[in-house]
Amino acid sequence: MEQYLHAIRIDQERCQGRMACMRKCVTEAIRVRGGKARIIAERCIDCGECITACPNNAIIPLTDSFTDFSKFKYSIAIPSPSLFAQFDKDVTPDKILAGLKEIGFDDAYDSSFACESVSLAIQEYLDNYHGPKPLISSSCPTIVRLIQVKYPELVDLVIPIELPREIAAREVKIEKSKELGLKREEIGAIYLTPCPAKILSIKQPAEKEKSQLDSAISIVDIYSPLLSAITSLKKEEESPKKSCGIGMDWATLGGVTRSLKAEDCLAVAGLSNAIKVLNDIENGSLKDIEFVECLSCSGGCIGGSLTVENVYVSRSKVIKLVELLGETPQQDRDKIRQLYRKNYFFMEAKLLPRTLKPLDRDISKAIEKMREKQTIYESLPKIDCGACGSPNCMAFAEDVVRGEVEIDNCIFKLQEKLKELTGDLLLEHNEKMRQV
Amino acid sequence: MGAESVFQQEFMILGGDFNNAGKASSRIKEILKKIGVDSSVIRRVAIASYEAEMNVVVFARRGALKFSVTPKQIDILVEDEGQGIENIDLAMQEGYSTAPAEIREMGFGAGMGLPNIKKNADKFEISSTVGKGTKLEIAINT
Repeated sequence: MEQYLHAIRIDQERCQGRMACMRKCVTEAIRVRGGKARIIAERCIDCGECITACPNNAIIPLTDSFTDFSKFKYSIAIPSPSLFAQFDKDVTPDKILAGLKEIGFDDAYDSSFACESVSLAIQEYLDNYHGPKPLISSSCPTIVRLIQVKYPELVDLVIPIELPREIAAREVKIEKSKELGLKREEIGAIYLTPCPAKILSIKQPAEKEKSQLDSAISIVDIYSPLLSAITSLKKEEESPKKSCGIGMDWATLGGVTRSLKAEDCLAVAGLSNAIKVLNDIENGSLKDIEFVECLSCSGGCIGGSLTVENVYVSRSKVIKLVELLGETPQQDRDKIRQLYRKNYFFMEAKLLPRTLKPLDRDISKAIEKMREKQTIYESLPKIDCGACGSPNCMAFAEDVVRGEVEIDNCIFKLQEKLKELTGDLLLEHNEKMRQV
Repeated sequence: MGAESVFQQEFMILGGDFNNAGKASSRIKEILKKIGVDSSVIRRVAIASYEAEMNVVVFARRGALKFSVTPKQIDILVEDEGQGIENIDLAMQEGYSTAPAEIREMGFGAGMGLPNIKKNADKFEISSTVGKGTKLEIAINT
């Protein structure tokens, strides 16, 4: 069986088993056993909801440390467009890129152009597509994993266009290796990420062997050194380079949709909303929609758990940036089309489902276990208290059937059992008390 | 155990209850995934059961959806109490609908329900009595 890495780790000392993470997890991937939370690897989609939910800060994203890129001869920071929305409005993308060079990167690359070219490539894909609908964006790694795990039959609807950050890293490495006469592996491309899911999509991509990016540092970790570097920058040091409005808009919900010509599009953010929409797609009730932009964090990537600024403030900054930079494509559509035909934009490998382990490999046995699970469930209080360490009564019934826990883990079941065992004693005791 | 293994569940569906519409088919999907039924089969069951469930919500007063799964096939039996279907041949035509305008505005009643169920089923039978109700029998091989 394949091993799934995860971008989060539970600190066993800090964890007090308070179950906030378990209750928040949409794929029911967390159990609390022996007073400590643990993650069921095959179910986790790295959404990061548990990180923010934990009252003890015991769930830690596995970002790379600031010094990890010293092993490269040349290091290039590739920030997520959401980084540009973390600062005051007079801090332009240029200044932020300059600040990144100031804190130790050899170069900083504006990926907003790559975002724009991917928008144009998605448009090409939509124009040439005649299969079942709607198509789903591949930009959010949490959503892609949610589909792999919980909606395996929708995997083919995910647009097989590569992510802008992957294209940016690939191209900048080619460019720099020529320019500097270095081998590609001597150049480190470091992504500055708003969420843990993107760290994982770099360490273990959903569809291919290896990412073009070499590591990921969270925006929250880099924010304070970057801010002081930016403040100490000499004013108007360089002539301002123009960034790309369409690409900047990728940081917010609807950014991709707005860049397309398609008429029937949906833009959905937040995991529970995404699940509703994916259910509808599965039921076949959204066949008239062409394209669904589906993002895990509310508000889009600016709402990621590793960002600094309040999502609404960031959103207004993105709007201002897009206004300033303009909404017309800066790259030539024909040139993009040529690249598209040369497979420049396509993913290296096919995205496959990651179907969860059924109750049993043998379908007859699985059906029997399903019955058993239903019987157990019917006997439970159905109040989903979670005290057993499973997220709800249904999941608990399944955990019992799978042999992972004893039914006595349910405090109500335990109480029943105790009553049975001590019934007579209790009656006698009560009788005596009454006599007294 | 063996070939006779069967799991059954019954769901009640209320006419006009758009808040809960789709819950039975969602639950059926969950169950089939846990049992390990092939995902292309699940997709077909999902579409057929959703359309059948929506038909009750849109057109009937109430109904029951009986779902059963064996290692060989999945059966869905939907019986409702409601207006029934006057002309089944017409109702089976794509695009034919008797749904009122307000239902169509909600995006339902496009006349694709029954044809869609038939398209996704391996066995499909329908019978109806005007003024009493409709019965659908759907079977999909696993």
